[in-house]
Amino acid sequence: MASKTKKAQFDVKKQFEAVAEQFQTLQVLNEEGEIVNEAAMPDLSDEQLQELMRRMVYTRILDQRSISLNRQGRLGFYAPTAGQEASQLASQFALEKEDFILLGYRDVPQLIWHGLPLSQAFLFSRGHFKGNQIPEGVNVISPQIIIGAQIIQAAGVALGMKKNGAKSVAITYTGDGGASQGDFYEGLNFAGAFKAPAIFVVQNNRFAISTPVEKQSAAQTIAQKAVAAGIPGIQVDGMDPLAVYAAVKDARERAINGEGPTLIETLTYRYGPHTMAGDDPTRYRTSDLDNEWEQKDPLVRFRKFLEKKGLWSEELENATIDQAKDDIKEAIKIADETPKQKVTDLMEIMYEDMPYHLKEQYEIYKEKESK
Amino acid sequence: MAQMTMIQAITDALRTELRNDEKVLMFGEDIGVNGGVFRATEGLQKEFGEDRVFDTPLAESGIGGLAIGLALTGYRPVPEIQFFGFVFEVMDSIAGQMARMRYRSGGRYNAPITVRSPFGGGVHTPELHSDALEGLMAQSPGLKVVVPSTPYDAKGLLISSIRDNDPVIFLEHLKLYRAFRQEVPEEEYTIEIGKADVKREGTDLSIITYGAMVHESLKAAEELEKEGHSVEVVDLRTIQPLDIEAIIASVEKTGRAIVVQEAQKQAGVGAQVVAEINDRAILSLEAPVLRVAAPDTIYPFSQAEGVWLPNFKDIIETAKKVLNF
Repeated sequence: MASKTKKAQFDVKKQFEAVAEQFQTLQVLNEEGEIVNEAAMPDLSDEQLQELMRRMVYTRILDQRSISLNRQGRLGFYAPTAGQEASQLASQFALEKEDFILLGYRDVPQLIWHGLPLSQAFLFSRGHFKGNQIPEGVNVISPQIIIGAQIIQAAGVALGMKKNGAKSVAITYTGDGGASQGDFYEGLNFAGAFKAPAIFVVQNNRFAISTPVEKQSAAQTIAQKAVAAGIPGIQVDGMDPLAVYAAVKDARERAINGEGPTLIETLTYRYGPHTMAGDDPTRYRTSDLDNEWEQKDPLVRFRKFLEKKGLWSEELENATIDQAKDDIKEAIKIADETPKQKVTDLMEIMYEDMPYHLKEQYEIYKEKESK
Repeated sequence: MAQMTMIQAITDALRTELRNDEKVLMFGEDIGVNGGVFRATEGLQKEFGEDRVFDTPLAESGIGGLAIGLALTGYRPVPEIQFFGFVFEVMDSIAGQMARMRYRSGGRYNAPITVRSPFGGGVHTPELHSDALEGLMAQSPGLKVVVPSTPYDAKGLLISSIRDNDPVIFLEHLKLYRAFRQEVPEEEYTIEIGKADVKREGTDLSIITYGAMVHESLKAAEELEKEGHSVEVVDLRTIQPLDIEAIIASVEKTGRAIVVQEAQKQAGVGAQVVAEINDRAILSLEAPVLRVAAPDTIYPFSQAEGVWLPNFKDIIETAKKVLNF
């Protein structure tokens, strides 16, 4: 029996159109290095603009050197960062020292610029626990390996800050892949429910290892996922350092004013492989797509912008490159001189007081490792 | 001293620590206004305010992550997982995160978190409410696992757990919550984590057990006494770390032992205890060490739990095999 088609009670198309309209990408600086949105232009001094550029150039060099050190067997686990500098560094640049950062393994640059010594970043890569021993006063925790686990922890740190009456925020980073995890939704929802001062940054680099973002969700944007949690969501051009900075600065202001968390989606791209452990991006990305994104490069557009203002030059660029190379050399030296990690070291950091079985095993491994 | 049930002793311990340390926070599903589904947090929100005793959204992983984040900002969280059968939702936060906090950070951070949760069979719950999953926890390095069997022990152990600077999984047996009352001091006291308690002394056989099985074992010991067997019952109280000295001292005295657990037999805490005895006291043994445990199925739909759960008769049967070996 043919059923009579009823008129839809609810206009789904209209709903999605309204959502799409709400989530336009924020851009301040276009690919030509021109300000296209004066109203959103952040209030940064010339020195701050130079410093942000310096950090991006430095980090690009760090990435190149890390890749080559990895190939020489002088670094271990490494997830390349080139392409994501605006997303990573301009967001960190909008923070204060007392803000706490929780992130995943591609986001080591934010830790470094928040105060983690470079030698420790290298020790982390080499699989040495000293790399994770964050110095006092540096408000970060070592990179999370479980995708998304840091997001709910960030809600907890933010709630703790609120309870402490601190004027600071917890910021957490994940990728488009992480936005599929249950912990992502739980983190947004908890922070929203508690009005906790958190910033959730999703660096949408278009691929969760190999799975394109289109296959990860039916949602048109990741930013719109904020709506379900009842918190603000914003999508920014993640290759534009000024847009990223503006969005994070704004979110931070709201958070410390007691207005709760914000979700920020940065549209970005990683030029390199997922990690240096055998990933081959040509299996899942076309060179056309790579080229398209390289045209949006954050360093290129920011350099054009600063050069026009007379704030950047070849000398400054070269001085930054030299500085990065010197620092890397020095940091590798420190990492090399760090005593080898022992199993007994790890036994000592399992509990405050060693239980009987570890004490017994400690003696066995002490003997083994003394040979 | 007051006569308290285990649930009252637990509430008393929680109140004690909320008073003692302003950094202690309690949170979970329905623990605020409602006082928890078993009333463990009854009256605590009213007394200490919503800032310190609060409800969370319904998401166990979120509760675990929240505890970790709060610990990172200087708090001493005591989250409740409404039923321990829901632990699979929060396994990463527990075994993947808080258990590793000290290790992962090279000692820079720690996780002074006590995860409280009811578990245990015999009260006809729906699925995933009764499972004895303590073995999963005991197998995760970095955690301590406490399972009290009496109101007195529950209070002293819970206070110690909350004060511990490492994560403790504190498992409260559902059937013991209101099973009996006991004299419990109103003032604060602690019981050291990792210390067993000889609940009954004997010379012929050691029954090593914990949780609700302590009471089945005591019942079995009484029956065996009538037949002339002097049975010792060692209540482990903490299953990670084990009180190896107490276990070995008892076995060396009696020369015979059985290990009793409510959980399924496979890869369980009982197997660990047997292995430790074999490693350390095999020459004191007059007979093999046998186990009493539940069969290796999923926790049964409740109509079958009467037979599925080990009871004093099962314990007597196994005890006799060892006594008559």
